[in-house]
Amino acid sequence: MDRLVFLVAAGLAHGAVLALFAQSLVIVWRANRVINFAQAALAVVAVYAALAVTAVSGSWWLGAFAGVVAGGLLGAAAERGPMRLVPTHTPLPGIIVAIGLVMILQAGLAIAFGPEYQPVPAPLSERPFVLAGIPVLSPYDLLVLVVAGLVMAALALGFTRTSLGLQLRAAAFAPETARLLGVRVSRMITLGWMLSLATAALAGLLLVPTELGLHPHALDGLFVQAFAVAVIGGLDSPAGALLAGLLVGVLVSLVSGYLVAAAAPLAVLALLTLVLLVRPGGLFSAAKERAA
Amino acid sequence: MTRPTTLTATTALAAVAALALTGCSTPGADGTEQVPGVTQDTVTIGTHTPLTGAAAEAYAQISAATSAYFEYVNANGGIHGRSIDYIVKDDGYNPANTQTVTRELVSEDGIFAMVNGLGTPTHTTVLDYLDQNDVPDLFVASGSAQWNQPEEYPNTFGMNVDYVTDGMVLATHATEQDPEATFCVLGQDDDYGGDVLAGVEAVVGADGVVASETYNTSNPDLTAQIGAMKESGCTHAVLATIPGFTAIAMGTAAQLEWFPQYLVSNAGADVESLAGYLGEEGAPLLEGMLATGYLPTGQDNEWYELFSQINDEYNDGAPLTGTAIYGYSVGYHFAEALALAGENPTRASLLEVMESGELVGNGVVPNSLSADDHSPYHAAGITVVTGGEQSYTGDAWAREGDTLSEIELEPKPVENEGIPTGE
Amino acid sequence: MTRRIVLRAALVTLVALAATFLLDPYWNFQVARFAACFAAVAGLTVLVGLTGQLSLGHSVLMAAGGYGYAFAAGSVTGALGDSPAAPYAGLLAGLLGGLVAAGALGALLGAAAARLHGPYLAGLTLALVIALPSAAVAVPGLGGDQGLGAPFVPVPDALAALMYVEHFHAVVAIVVAAAAVTPLMLLRAGRQGLRMRAVLGHETAARLSGVNPGLVKAGAFTASSLAAGLGGAVIVMATQSVSPGAFGLTFSMLLVVGAVIGGLGSIGGAAVGAALVVLLPWAVETVLDQLPAGLPPVLAQRLDGNLAVILTGAIVITVIAARPGGVAQLLTPRTTARPTASHDTER
Repeated sequence: MDRLVFLVAAGLAHGAVLALFAQSLVIVWRANRVINFAQAALAVVAVYAALAVTAVSGSWWLGAFAGVVAGGLLGAAAERGPMRLVPTHTPLPGIIVAIGLVMILQAGLAIAFGPEYQPVPAPLSERPFVLAGIPVLSPYDLLVLVVAGLVMAALALGFTRTSLGLQLRAAAFAPETARLLGVRVSRMITLGWMLSLATAALAGLLLVPTELGLHPHALDGLFVQAFAVAVIGGLDSPAGALLAGLLVGVLVSLVSGYLVAAAAPLAVLALLTLVLLVRPGGLFSAAKERAA
Repeated sequence: MTRPTTLTATTALAAVAALALTGCSTPGADGTEQVPGVTQDTVTIGTHTPLTGAAAEAYAQISAATSAYFEYVNANGGIHGRSIDYIVKDDGYNPANTQTVTRELVSEDGIFAMVNGLGTPTHTTVLDYLDQNDVPDLFVASGSAQWNQPEEYPNTFGMNVDYVTDGMVLATHATEQDPEATFCVLGQDDDYGGDVLAGVEAVVGADGVVASETYNTSNPDLTAQIGAMKESGCTHAVLATIPGFTAIAMGTAAQLEWFPQYLVSNAGADVESLAGYLGEEGAPLLEGMLATGYLPTGQDNEWYELFSQINDEYNDGAPLTGTAIYGYSVGYHFAEALALAGENPTRASLLEVMESGELVGNGVVPNSLSADDHSPYHAAGITVVTGGEQSYTGDAWAREGDTLSEIELEPKPVENEGIPTGE
Repeated sequence: MTRRIVLRAALVTLVALAATFLLDPYWNFQVARFAACFAAVAGLTVLVGLTGQLSLGHSVLMAAGGYGYAFAAGSVTGALGDSPAAPYAGLLAGLLGGLVAAGALGALLGAAAARLHGPYLAGLTLALVIALPSAAVAVPGLGGDQGLGAPFVPVPDALAALMYVEHFHAVVAIVVAAAAVTPLMLLRAGRQGLRMRAVLGHETAARLSGVNPGLVKAGAFTASSLAAGLGGAVIVMATQSVSPGAFGLTFSMLLVVGAVIGGLGSIGGAAVGAALVVLLPWAVETVLDQLPAGLPPVLAQRLDGNLAVILTGAIVITVIAARPGGVAQLLTPRTTARPTASHDTER
């Protein structure tokens, strides 16, 4: 029982980060109908920027802020730059450009900063509180859960309750109609990318202190798991990303704890297959599947 | 549709006709008796190692150090007047690339020998190829028992202390210090973790290990494993981990308020690398860490001074970590073997040296290379970290089959400024 | 039509076989790798181009073919012992084993894939690639990260005067690739190809005209897997080993890059794409080797490899930006009236 509580708690903290990163994939999907395969590479650049600011200013919080801003700017740059080089009505050219971008960014970082891991300390203690003899969440885990929760709530409200959110959704779902109604579609798509990458950078910032350190490939694993999470949740669904993120986080923790660590990716694959067999559009798929 | 077909047909037939006549690729073209990779004034050797990708961070410094050592040797006249040309090929720790670059080294670059090819999963996939092409395959960078199969792979020799010895020495030392010690083991889910675990169990018995956990390099979250080890209540944690995962294990344990006595396998115990991962806050965790070693460790010896000079001059003053010392030592081992192979080395004379028992190396424990043993180190000393520095305690054991016997450390002196002469 | 395709395939195969005589052992090994990648990329390009199903997991299908090969070839060669025919019986058994393993996995995936739309299938196949190393560790008998060895296939005595080992392997690889790709070409040109295009063009319309889209898609996935599996089997024959690391995410992505850059749906494009996958890293590395020496060692080592990756990325982006329809667009200027997933050819 103790073990179970401990593993679930650890899984939830990791799941929150997963959910946040998956959220960023959902945002860019909703804005532009693309899966951004360069999401991890772009976000890791932002985390490098954050670490640089932290090193200069001595403040983790200032660094984190800079990282989120850098993420947003990178999102705009990527969408306005390389992504516009190719037509978007079929997904593949965009994916290929993203793969090229990943190569350039990660190799560029390895040249600039070397292949070493840069240690990134956490802003709060990582020693867990002990409740009734069972170690549960640490202050840092709580920070992660709170930040991830707040950001996701804010995004959900922003998308559904503000005029900007409405314009963003309109631009994505019906670009022609939205354009006729005076929505500046191109600007909205850029904005979607900015929001997405800022969110992804934040998720990266929260993840890195719990791992070995910062490295050009530090977020690769996060991207892959988050992609699975976004698909399980339903690519259009922020709520789905949240739920699936926590689900996958706990699943991975339980499988690593009770079985072997190596089985975790298999468990994720099994869950993904199971969900897609029952609901081909993910857990929270809209009632009607789009035909394209 | 018809025209292109006719066109293809014509080209095809023409090409077939032309090529059937030339037959460039047929064997028997080179009848010369030249030794591959050896000329009047150079010896060309090669290696495969990760310079890109995630594995590069831990291992890229090895080949850099080895190259720097050879540059030093070359600047001082080389070995028997020949300079050593060390071709380093990046394989990104991907077996598919290892296969390609190894073939490039052997058939395009014509290397004399493969030296210190890195990694168990990578090098495994070229063992047969190197064997079939009679390429000496020396000082493979891993402690897997696979490199020690003289019957099957007569040209292949290991470098690292074998993992079973590693586990046995750690467990023996711990039980001697503290007869009440209980063990738990965290191992990588391959030969490495498996062999170290086998070594520990050979000493304390299977029930002496109260918890045995594994990890996979694809998942850097060890919370579940460390949680289980803590729960088992063991006093000593044996880590058969690569350096990054040693650091994660220690960091995670500290978060869980668990501070066992660490016993770390040589391959994951380089204190400078670990301090780099753990950062300033985590570095104190390393105090008191016990580990195995077989090469010069710590700064208080002649080899460190020598390598430090070479490092400043030929390696841009990169950090002289234990990993870099390993790279320098590999260079020295090869240079010594080459020197012993005579004025006019051949692949046969090189392999003869490897099996002759003449090769000494710069290890602090005896070198056991022989005709029936292709793994140079079946012995290890215990190192401890004090004040951030790793040094030998003086305790050391050598393995003979399933038993360990206590030995004295025997550091080798630096002779002729670290350039072997073969005399 | 069928005869013409088979004839053309046979001619191209002959040219390729002739070319192997011009090459040294290293380049013949590269030819074997190319042939293996060609089979996989061709499978992928037909799948994506004609049915619009995006698989990111074709490296796993190759791996399935490879493990199937290693198992079957290993047991048959072992069972026949010292018989001189043992390696060749093993080779045939291995190719069959590869087909069975990849076909089984492909059929399973295809059944699931038929219900999924683009990005969902991409997500499923991506998770599959990530799970491969875990499966190798968790499933007993797959040999973990080190993988499995496969028996050595020596040059037959009759050819020994004519060929090196690598040369013989390249010849086998070319023949196998031809056997893998020719059926794809026939499939593409025949009724089944028509059904695939119909499903891609308009699923509902296709259904109304009596085509079962699920069956067509699953069938295409299986056919594509068989080609990839043969590619995997033949590369394992040439390298004598199969391990999960050799079929990882990067490689899988490169197969997609090869298919798209070559031009989706085009077999000639697949050849270009496969050549790109095999040769681009080497070409860039060779060009960079000409750079002046004398850089500080640490910087030189950081540039080594990484600079090549940057250039490769830049080339990939440039090509796809200049020719979103892939290189095949250059090869066949106006005849691409058939719809493929990249209808953006005419602009």
